[in-house]
Amino acid sequence: MELAEAKEKIVDALTKKAKTKSKFYFNDLSEILELKPRDAKKLVNKLVEDEVLEYWSSGSTTMYGLKGAGKQAAAEHED
Amino acid sequence: MAKHETPLLDQLESGPWPSFVSDLKQEAAARAKNEKKVEYQIPQDVVEDLLGVLELSYKDGTTHWKHGGIVGVFGYGGGVIGRYCDQPTMFPGVAHFHTIRVAQPSGKFYTTEYLRQLCDLWELRGSGLTNMHGATGDIILLGTTTPQIEEFFYELTHNMNQDLGGSGSNLRTPADCIGQARCEFACYDTQDLCHTLTNEYQDELHRPAFPYKFKFKFDGCPNCCVASIARSDMSFIGTWKDDIRIDQDAVQGYVKGEFKPNAGAHAGRDWGPFDIQKEVIGLCPTECMKYENGKLTIDNRECTRCMHCIKVMPRALKPGKEKGLSILVGAKAPILDGAQMGSLLVPFVKVDKENGYAEIKEVIEAIWDWWMEEGKNRERLGELIKRQGFQKLLEATNITPVPQHVQEPRTNPYIFWKEEEVEGGWERDVNEFRKHHLR
Repeated sequence: MELAEAKEKIVDALTKKAKTKSKFYFNDLSEILELKPRDAKKLVNKLVEDEVLEYWSSGSTTMYGLKGAGKQAAAEHED
Repeated sequence: MAKHETPLLDQLESGPWPSFVSDLKQEAAARAKNEKKVEYQIPQDVVEDLLGVLELSYKDGTTHWKHGGIVGVFGYGGGVIGRYCDQPTMFPGVAHFHTIRVAQPSGKFYTTEYLRQLCDLWELRGSGLTNMHGATGDIILLGTTTPQIEEFFYELTHNMNQDLGGSGSNLRTPADCIGQARCEFACYDTQDLCHTLTNEYQDELHRPAFPYKFKFKFDGCPNCCVASIARSDMSFIGTWKDDIRIDQDAVQGYVKGEFKPNAGAHAGRDWGPFDIQKEVIGLCPTECMKYENGKLTIDNRECTRCMHCIKVMPRALKPGKEKGLSILVGAKAPILDGAQMGSLLVPFVKVDKENGYAEIKEVIEAIWDWWMEEGKNRERLGELIKRQGFQKLLEATNITPVPQHVQEPRTNPYIFWKEEEVEGGWERDVNEFRKHHLR
């Protein structure tokens, strides 16, 4: 899968769910991409590098969200 | 005069043990004095405010920390854990109080110069407070602000040649014992294996894509000084295949009192003369040792590598010569389903530095592929093994079942026949059956 296609799929899917959810597990992303985890990882990481996605970590678990989505950025004064 | 009154914390200092409250007060005072004329990059009174917010938490009976965040260094999904105070106006010094995990050197060997450099850097760009070491083994640096994270990371990597550790759904910072550097029991070079795998799996360490955390720990012998068997998803424990080496003259030396048992440990009181029967033979968990007519014998087939006899008489007994390691999987702490110890997956593998530990990497990567595909969100490897069965793990790693996979007969029936493995399969001719068995 090309990066552009992956970006479109992820941004579409995450935007659709944006009202109820702003953070997603890695498994959710590989399901959206319909790829095996290792192949999905390469694309997801590229999207983080391109600042389409961002990590959110509780310290024990990591989740992914669209950059700036949700209350997090504002609540943490990081926007 | 302290910035905040802390009567509840003060009480913690009154007990007989050293108190972290005293440590915090000492650091707060040192920062206030600033004898070294440090140009502090985060509030000078950060530790005062930390004491203040902790006192408030004790008073309210609830935390005033917000958990987690989006902060980190560019390209890394772990190593920084966001922490924010929910009373930033009362305690501005700890409004941001992020934790940074730094990878510890293998075996935790430091030079004093390195430690000074690290502490100086953390005084400048953080609170100066450390936790040496966290449960995973990392150097934990407590409390800094968002703008300092990249600055700190630059100096750590460029000036100190050190990296951040793991956090989140990552491979966590691998940890090992001091190994062959200082310990005669070590059956393989723990530091080399730990360091090699840390470098090899940088992507897994820094870019989270696992269902949950994953820990490697390396113990050079079954003494298990880093407790890998209880604390890591994948535990590498040094062992030997042949017989325990016995020096009968040295055994006599212990019996006659020429050598101190336990290498002189526990010498704080007089335990009386050494009694080999009581202190060694009688304590062997598998009763596989005998001392008769001045000669010590061991039935090595029954030995479970408990290490007791070797530790009591280190001059007389040594691990065998054919050394390697065992791989155990699935240990974890009790968040779900209670604590679990590791289950033996690979009873013995040679530790082959020459081929870059190829056999070991093969097992690791097969396990990751299986867990990444089958593991549910926040499911540890040990929980997946429990849910799908040990047999699935054996299939995923292409390992043939051996008796060592069974803890005790009839307690954990891990191994089931499959239809294709049984002659004739599950189907049978009912008419043929009825010829010999009445209804």
